[in-house]
Amino acid sequence: MTDFTTNEMMTVAAARRLQNGAVCFVGIGLPSTAANLARLTHAPDVVLIYESGPIGAKPQVLPLSIGDGDLALNADTVVATPEIFRYWLQGGRINVGFLGAAQIDRFANLNTTVIGPYDRPKTRLPGAGGAPEIAGSAGEILIILRQSRRAFVDQLDFITTVGFLDGGDARERAGLKTKGPVAVITDLGILEPDPVTRELTVTHIHRGVTREQLVAATGWPLKFADNVVETEPPTETELVALRDLNARTAAAHGQDQGSE
Amino acid sequence: MAEIVSLREAVAGLIHDGDQVAMEGFTHLIPSAAGHEVARQGRRDLTLVRMTPDLIYDQLIGIGAAKKLIFSWGGNPGVGSLHRLREAVEGDWPHRLEIEEHSHADLANAYVAGAANLPFAVMRGYIGSDLPKVNPLLKTITCPFTGEVLAAVPSLRPDVTVIHAQKADRRGNVLLWGIIGVQKEAALAAKRTIVTVEEIVDSLDAPPNACILPHWALSAVCVEPGGAFPSYAQGYYDRDNRFYPAWDKIARNRDTFLAWMKRHVLDTQNFAEFRRVLAETAAAKEG
Repeated sequence: MTDFTTNEMMTVAAARRLQNGAVCFVGIGLPSTAANLARLTHAPDVVLIYESGPIGAKPQVLPLSIGDGDLALNADTVVATPEIFRYWLQGGRINVGFLGAAQIDRFANLNTTVIGPYDRPKTRLPGAGGAPEIAGSAGEILIILRQSRRAFVDQLDFITTVGFLDGGDARERAGLKTKGPVAVITDLGILEPDPVTRELTVTHIHRGVTREQLVAATGWPLKFADNVVETEPPTETELVALRDLNARTAAAHGQDQGSE
Repeated sequence: MAEIVSLREAVAGLIHDGDQVAMEGFTHLIPSAAGHEVARQGRRDLTLVRMTPDLIYDQLIGIGAAKKLIFSWGGNPGVGSLHRLREAVEGDWPHRLEIEEHSHADLANAYVAGAANLPFAVMRGYIGSDLPKVNPLLKTITCPFTGEVLAAVPSLRPDVTVIHAQKADRRGNVLLWGIIGVQKEAALAAKRTIVTVEEIVDSLDAPPNACILPHWALSAVCVEPGGAFPSYAQGYYDRDNRFYPAWDKIARNRDTFLAWMKRHVLDTQNFAEFRRVLAETAAAKEG
């Protein structure tokens, strides 16, 4: 199977980053799609935790909201929201936090709060949700979002959720002991933090995408790793699983997927 | 001690102008009927608290019932923006809305601290985030044992918490299950608590460790079948996923919003009548 969309490539590439058996704190929307695709393909024993309370969620269709009934019905257990944040996230039991965002900067800091000044925003975004503490307490962070100049900006108006602050060892100096973002998966490629500067650097380019497209979709002078490789295209198994999941979801909801 | 009363009586007696009110729910068991009744009774100057403000807070903000919002994620779940909230923040309409913004972990901890009768909550949080720069209530505290610097946030003690649950028994003991969010903590943190339920039964038949709120810890229990619509009540009815994108269209425009609120909420007597009027307008649209 050779035909696939850029969104399919993004979701498949993100799903592959989730190891079988990992305990993953899942954001709604794109992260939830990728995490469930992982569960339905190479990672049947991945444990999906949603902030509303389900632990070991195995939704039949993608949830539209963070509190869909399907998340609860097929979970190993459902606990109260304070317990999710106190015992499971802060307790250090989450291996991977899977986040989306409205905006990201070169050090993988995220903005989901405002565009423009805080007191008089041009665009008021939904806000932090669980992300600030997921970013601090989960062992490592995966980020998935579509790449564009509106989303990949030189200067964030607001840092809702910490990545590497201004790079280097700033994250460690701030007192964070977890790894932070390990990959940003987009519809054009994959960016990973440089081991020293922590600046997001292109390591993978999806098939059919050019370096020029990546540069044009990024609001800062984008760096490429020395050995950039082409992302392995989706396998037939991955594509079939993703399309089945999306079809089941559309049939159930009359739409594809939700945001938080 | 909970009295089993009508929702109208409960709101009239327990929610006052200027109160801090938490109507909680994490996309499940949203107290929509109660939100409408607060709008219908014309409450003003409310400080609304909720981790995930959704449609009912969009409605209360849009008609000018709120002076302040304490929250951690404000959106239309699965759809996008809350347009009335956005216009209040971006454009001061219908008036300036004060915003006090937190993260989910913070507010969840703040309810726990409130329920535990503590003045503040301690957690690991906010490191590297700009939120403490815009919310002076987000502070730090040094652990007296280890020296670790931790986030300290004030506890939440709402004047009134309002939640929806599956059922109550005839004494007013309440049972809820499924995704129960912060409802138990919010109920126990509040000075007064109103619970709307799908039904009243002779016996809850709940296993030990079920989430039961005893009648003596509540102020009022009100029967409101379907009272979480368009959200869901697990075991009773599903979420009406079509209503959320429909709300996006209604709330985008001030006049459309005000006309909708007048016809469906302010000019109806109760939630049952709201559902009848909504069915009529939907049928008229399809016909």
